Amino acid sequence: MTPGRYIFPPWSNRLPPVVLACVVLGATGASAAIGYYGTNKHLEVGYQPTQPVEYSHKLHAGDLGMDCRYCHSSVERSSYAAVPPTQTCMNCHSKVRTDSVKLLPVRESWATDQPLPWVRVHNLPDYVYFDHSAHLAAGVGCSTCHGRIDQMVTVRQVQPLTMGWCLDCHRNAGPNLRTQAELTKMDWQPPPDGTVVAAITKDSKRQVNPPLHCSGCHR
Amino acid sequence: MSSAKAHAAPLTNTDDSNPAERSPLILGGAGFASVTNSVAHIVERKTPSGWLVLFAAALTGLLILAGSLGKLVYTGVGVWGLNDTVFWAWDITGFVFWIGIGHAGTLISAILFLFRQKWRTSINRAAEAMTIFAVMAAGIYPAFHVGRVWLLYWVFPVPNQMSLWPNFKSPLLWDVFAVSTYATVSILFWYVGLVPDLATLRDRATTRVRAVVLGIFAIGWRGSHRHWLNYEKAYLILAGLSTPLVLSVHTIVSFDFATSVIPGWHTTIFPPYFVAGAVFSGFAMVVTLMVIVRKAFGLENIVTLRHLENMNKIILTTGSIVGYAYAIEFFTAWYSGNNYERFTFINRAFGPYAWAYWTMVSCNVISPQLFWFKKIRTSIPAMFVLSIFVNIGMWFERFVIIVTSLHRDYLPTSWTYFRPTIWDISLFLGTFGLFFTAFLAFLRFLPAIAISEVKGVLPEADPHGHGHGDESDDAHDAEAAHA
Repeated sequence: MTPGRYIFPPWSNRLPPVVLACVVLGATGASAAIGYYGTNKHLEVGYQPTQPVEYSHKLHAGDLGMDCRYCHSSVERSSYAAVPPTQTCMNCHSKVRTDSVKLLPVRESWATDQPLPWVRVHNLPDYVYFDHSAHLAAGVGCSTCHGRIDQMVTVRQVQPLTMGWCLDCHRNAGPNLRTQAELTKMDWQPPPDGTVVAAITKDSKRQVNPPLHCSGCHR
Repeated sequence: MSSAKAHAAPLTNTDDSNPAERSPLILGGAGFASVTNSVAHIVERKTPSGWLVLFAAALTGLLILAGSLGKLVYTGVGVWGLNDTVFWAWDITGFVFWIGIGHAGTLISAILFLFRQKWRTSINRAAEAMTIFAVMAAGIYPAFHVGRVWLLYWVFPVPNQMSLWPNFKSPLLWDVFAVSTYATVSILFWYVGLVPDLATLRDRATTRVRAVVLGIFAIGWRGSHRHWLNYEKAYLILAGLSTPLVLSVHTIVSFDFATSVIPGWHTTIFPPYFVAGAVFSGFAMVVTLMVIVRKAFGLENIVTLRHLENMNKIILTTGSIVGYAYAIEFFTAWYSGNNYERFTFINRAFGPYAWAYWTMVSCNVISPQLFWFKKIRTSIPAMFVLSIFVNIGMWFERFVIIVTSLHRDYLPTSWTYFRPTIWDISLFLGTFGLFFTAFLAFLRFLPAIAISEVKGVLPEADPHGHGHGDESDDAHDAEAAHA
């Protein structure tokens, strides 16, 4: 016959709210954890691979004050900010520090005609079409995306490079735009009050109108 | 008196010649205990071998579904016969087909409840189950036709690092909300209705495990006055919530087409036309299923000919609305004076897909008209065949609307003819596997008839009625308490 008058002990009455609370708290906690630990802000920022040569951006771009475009020469004309060939290094280093141990791989590359296997730091997914020249022409400077390269011995990623991060600027580019003369100025800061310094006036020839539609970047 | 009449002619309660005296809904002189017994027995007895055979067949279908989806995900939507011109075909046809079938369950559970249509009680449980399983089958199509199903969460407004937000101007997004609301409310409605019956099964359980499992799902139901009061209130609220869904879900499905500018889709009559079609196909599916279920499980006294006849009348009504909509579509195309609109409809009826169009018309417009004859709408074999025709016709309706409107593009160079691949066909078969696996499991493990509600329409339950002379009040109380 029926197995007992009461199937469940009295404490089981308290179970439903406990289970509900666990589910709600668990779901909230899991979402928060994924939102914090599972996104580029946590996973990508700080990426700092070891390069084949102990090249210091701090020394060259910072202390010596070389312009970014001396090495990354195609940045204003091409979608791609070219990584310099060994020949660019040798422009100076055939005369300067010719016996440095750190430069051994560069001289080896020069002698064997084999390129140095530089490791890419800022790597966008293949389905993103990114054009350096367009950004520079619009007045987006190097440090806006790459950070204070002039203070880094080894380059690391400082911005998350997520689509949301791109769109933050595409939706309101004004405060991030500088004059063409300041593009490579490493200590340039956007004005704290959000005003537009490189304003696109009615008289200027170019209109900066960052695309917000899908095929602006996914072509 | 009524029981004597029922015994004399057990299965004919379709005589409506005297409106003052309605035929009884439940036949065979059933009392409270016999209703409980006949429904609970289906769940409690040993698994019948016939059920096992059918379940094996349904599981085979489910495996076909898994294989088809596996192939689809592994290779991409290119395995289907879609092309640049016909970018929606069997996938969206299948979606609309299944989501439409679900509408009968919601209509029976919500609208017929609010209109106090007592005959709903014998069929609502199975129809609601059918709704849920049909929505499950429907959901597969839009989920997988996006191609990368693991990115499906993009359809929901979840904050994310891409700043990607669904487009609230798109009817496809409204669809996401319409269908997910529909699924949620249907499941809630079904479950709330099940609670008293699960408690009945719990109290009849002979093993401890069974009592515990049923007890968990019966959430402490004791059948007290307070429980019933809360239950009735909850049921009424859910019926109120579901009622607009009967109209809204398929309206929004029709917006997927109607808000576009494709000739043949861009039509203002789509919402009512789609809702009528959905109820039409849903009732046809309920008739198909209930004709088999009542026979297989010996429920002819509970799901009587009168229930089936009523459903056939709804099929006749909605079928006529659908037929009217087909005619009006042609009138509108002619009256619009728009060459493209006219071309689309002439092409639909006489173009390369004429065979599909006329299949649709024969099944949806002509066949339900036979239900004008009482002989046909009360004949089990006739209604079984016609209900299947209706569902074939309703599948073709969606196919005709989707494919014939697309295959003649604006540019004649893009004109094409859609042919399904083996994977289109296998996926469609697979959704039937899913549907029938779930439905057969439901029939085996849950009470297929709403026991407590059917008791409510028995003559004994009516305090003002004459009741059965051969049963004392004490017996009623004892039975009700036991059940």
